[in-house]
Amino acid sequence: MARIRTTVDGLVYEDDVEPRMLLVQYLRERLGKTGTVIGCDTSNCGACTVHLDGLSVKSCSVLAVQANGSEVLTVEGLERDGQLHPVQQAFHDNHALQCGYCTPGMIMQSIDLLGDNPDPSEHEVREGIEGNLCRCTGYQNIVRAVQDAAQKMKPGAHASTSSSAAQPVAGGGA
Amino acid sequence: MTTTENPTNAPAPEIGRDRRRKEDRRLITGRTRWTDNQAITGLLHLSIVRSPFAHAEIQGIDTSAAKQVPGVVGVYTAADIGADAVQLPCAWPITKDMKAPQRPALAGSRVNFAGEGVAVVVARSAAIAKDAAELVEVDYAELEPVLDMEDALKDGATLVHPEIGTNANAQWVFDSGEAGSGGSVAEALSAAEKDDDQVVIHRRFRQQRLVPVFMEPRSTVVDPTGEQLVMWSSTQVPHILKTMLALTLGLPENKLRVIAPDVGGGFGGKIAVAPEEVVTLLVARKLGKPVKWTETRSESLLTAHHGRDQIQDLTIAVTKDGIIKGLDVKLLADMGAYLGLVGPGVPILGAFMFNAIYKIPAYRFDCTNVFTTKTLTDAYRGAGRPEATFGIERMMDEVAVELGIEPMELRRKNWIKHEEFPYTTVSTLTYDTGNYEAATDQALQMFDYDGLRREQQERRQRGDVKQLGIGISTFTEMCGLAPSRVLGSLDYGAGGWETASIRMLPTGKAEVVVGVSPHGQGHETAFSQIVADKLGIAFEDVEILHGDTQSSYRGLDTYGSRSLAVGGIAMVKAAEKVIEKAKPIAAHMLEASEDDLEFTGGKFTVKGTDKGVGIADVALAVFAAHDYPEGIEPDIDAHATFDPENFSFPHGTHLCAVEVDTETGFVHLHKYVCVDDVGTVINPLIVEGQVHGGLAQGIAQALFEEAPYDESGTLLSGTLVDYTLPSAADLISFDTANTATPSTTNPLGVKGVGEAGTIASTPAVVNAVLDAVRQYGVKDIDMPTTPFRVWTAINSAKGTAGRGDEADVASPGAGLGSTASDISKGDTQGGHL
Repeated sequence: MARIRTTVDGLVYEDDVEPRMLLVQYLRERLGKTGTVIGCDTSNCGACTVHLDGLSVKSCSVLAVQANGSEVLTVEGLERDGQLHPVQQAFHDNHALQCGYCTPGMIMQSIDLLGDNPDPSEHEVREGIEGNLCRCTGYQNIVRAVQDAAQKMKPGAHASTSSSAAQPVAGGGA
Repeated sequence: MTTTENPTNAPAPEIGRDRRRKEDRRLITGRTRWTDNQAITGLLHLSIVRSPFAHAEIQGIDTSAAKQVPGVVGVYTAADIGADAVQLPCAWPITKDMKAPQRPALAGSRVNFAGEGVAVVVARSAAIAKDAAELVEVDYAELEPVLDMEDALKDGATLVHPEIGTNANAQWVFDSGEAGSGGSVAEALSAAEKDDDQVVIHRRFRQQRLVPVFMEPRSTVVDPTGEQLVMWSSTQVPHILKTMLALTLGLPENKLRVIAPDVGGGFGGKIAVAPEEVVTLLVARKLGKPVKWTETRSESLLTAHHGRDQIQDLTIAVTKDGIIKGLDVKLLADMGAYLGLVGPGVPILGAFMFNAIYKIPAYRFDCTNVFTTKTLTDAYRGAGRPEATFGIERMMDEVAVELGIEPMELRRKNWIKHEEFPYTTVSTLTYDTGNYEAATDQALQMFDYDGLRREQQERRQRGDVKQLGIGISTFTEMCGLAPSRVLGSLDYGAGGWETASIRMLPTGKAEVVVGVSPHGQGHETAFSQIVADKLGIAFEDVEILHGDTQSSYRGLDTYGSRSLAVGGIAMVKAAEKVIEKAKPIAAHMLEASEDDLEFTGGKFTVKGTDKGVGIADVALAVFAAHDYPEGIEPDIDAHATFDPENFSFPHGTHLCAVEVDTETGFVHLHKYVCVDDVGTVINPLIVEGQVHGGLAQGIAQALFEEAPYDESGTLLSGTLVDYTLPSAADLISFDTANTATPSTTNPLGVKGVGEAGTIASTPAVVNAVLDAVRQYGVKDIDMPTTPFRVWTAINSAKGTAGRGDEADVASPGAGLGSTASDISKGDTQGGHL
């Protein structure tokens, strides 16, 4: 067992975890953060995407111990004072979800994408979310939503809602 | 005409509005109830030990090491929990003599596909259960796998199930000559062969095996600690599952409750009574503790049912000016190792759809279902209808090529004209409404068909590396499963009705309990719109309750584009009953005669006056029940069951342009246009979303997806690395539109939309790919048309084509430039891969 200390959606947690425990398992099984889901076992689907220190990661590809000392943001931590994040709102406005299983990961990845590129073309959105699979929507309305959010977040607004400094984490690239 | 209607108070109609979905708020904020989210104190976790062999005798299982692992509660073989004695149900015995081998919940003495469960481990955590499952030692004696359908039917073939003496599950035949709905195909074909003005064309098409790949892996939690045993499951069919569990396991149905909480996609893949659901239940009962099973993605790809997998032999007789005289269809359909819940019936749904939108005077359909040592097949989005649509729409292009007729013109010559509806087809269905001309004309215009044909010619003439191909699919489908009497005539094990109940709450809100069970469709939104309109109450005041057999005890669940076309009508009927029950009470409140009342905009008014009471006032009045008419009950709630009189028949015209890189074989989607007629549209946003998603899945069959097995019977696409779902970067934005000829067989005029995109798009894409490369002598490319296959087809065809065999790119078929002259039955397919 290893002791880790993390901040998840603004709250600080300390836990003993098995070294092999994945971040997504820690979030779901230990913290009850079931908004983040598991869709595969080969890091293809992106359903488990969260932000680790401000960058999107597939939380199935990060060990919980790697998140020690880090700040994690999940889809459950996006709302501010009952206000949806603009990307959440855009997903609703543009009918960018059907079953909703891929949605948490898709939203987290889209926020990361807009942090890098506040005004992406359709092509750039499609490339930017290609690590997240959706089986329901054919992606068309997801692309619309991301571009809609980009417009709503102008001018000058930065997409990231994480307050911590962006530090790449080894092995955590989505 | 006297009216008291006050237009300023009349709410805007909900039906037809692009309402944003009620469902979204929870889903975009992570407040979800997926089955795997269930956390019950004392919950145990189950892991399944699965066979690595496709076909083997089980000679022994040693569970001793697994039992020693701390945290393991139990390790059970099939016999330990009676799982080998279970017969998982098949609800569709398609013929009287259909062979239905026993399908156990866990294999006892023999495994029949790689991935079949042979033992289970139960532990305090999923991780411990999985670790311990690795320690279960199973001694297998390998048997010959059975992989090829044609070989499986030969004399002396290895039998998947020796006890039934054959690998043939059933043969199902429809012959229009015998049915009296048309002529004899045998006569039509032999007449055509003797007639200089007709040709007979034969083609063989392969429908590859696919996997539904719902994003939420399957999961089941069983809690046996209450008076009713509760099963949460990621299922499309909670009602069917409950009844089937009772029948299969001999449990009293009143002691079972099944809940489908949030379900993350299904696409037919969650229409099942899964062995894992049964095993979880058996273990939970044995231990008296709640137990959870959640599959990994690899388990899902390996063991959740697959779809499609047919060999299609089509023979068509057609006059040289393009009029179809007869169609003969012979299918082999791979059932896999066992029969699923509706598996044997899936190809039979196609029997009614090969004739499609065309007037075909003679038709025969002959399907043989075959057992192999592979994962079983069952419903996948479209279920039988995509296979049929692919067959006929590919064949229409083959005919166009052979005859040198423009492919849309060929279709126009043969389809049912709008003035000919209602039209009874050669396969005995009566299409109520449709307008193929209108949908096609709009699609051609949106697509700029003529412009793209010109561009195609230009690219050919300049020998562009990237060649353009244009593909057409004009399709119809049978939706709204289904009239119960028709299902009865097809030996299906249940009816096709649907149920809804409306509970009027004292504060004027309504709870609508429905028997259909959503998994992403947006039922809560669309159904709220319907009920709001019918009862004249606010959209926000309608709550749709579903997916729990305790609240919704009666229903037949969601598949076959039935939720709106059947379930939606049950809601309309229930709303009408609410109004009927409320009317005498409203009359009493208004001191008027019932005959003088009319109901509009949620209000009963006395004709010719401004006196009125709202439905909410009546709901409160019957709640108080202080003053209501003698002889009636103080209750305006209502329950209705709707059994459709006919299927509904959405149709559409889909046009696809692809760019084929002739140096790499890469197929790039260039443009996709579809105009679908789904009847009345309740919510255009949801309809468009359904079409988008359907297109993505149909296009994926054409270009990307396949579940192949190697020679030992091992699935080669057991992860999402190998089973290549399209990502956003693999697809383009589609141009979609609707025409509407409302259905006349239901009061909303709706037809269904869930499967349209998937059914229509696959042949449009493959026709486009072939249209781009036929000029090199390529005649067919098996799906998925991967770069390797396209490149190989181009190069092998170029290598074999004689110089005098160049494409006629200026023929009336435009881009279809045929190289073939073998207009005869049984032609060999050069360039076929």
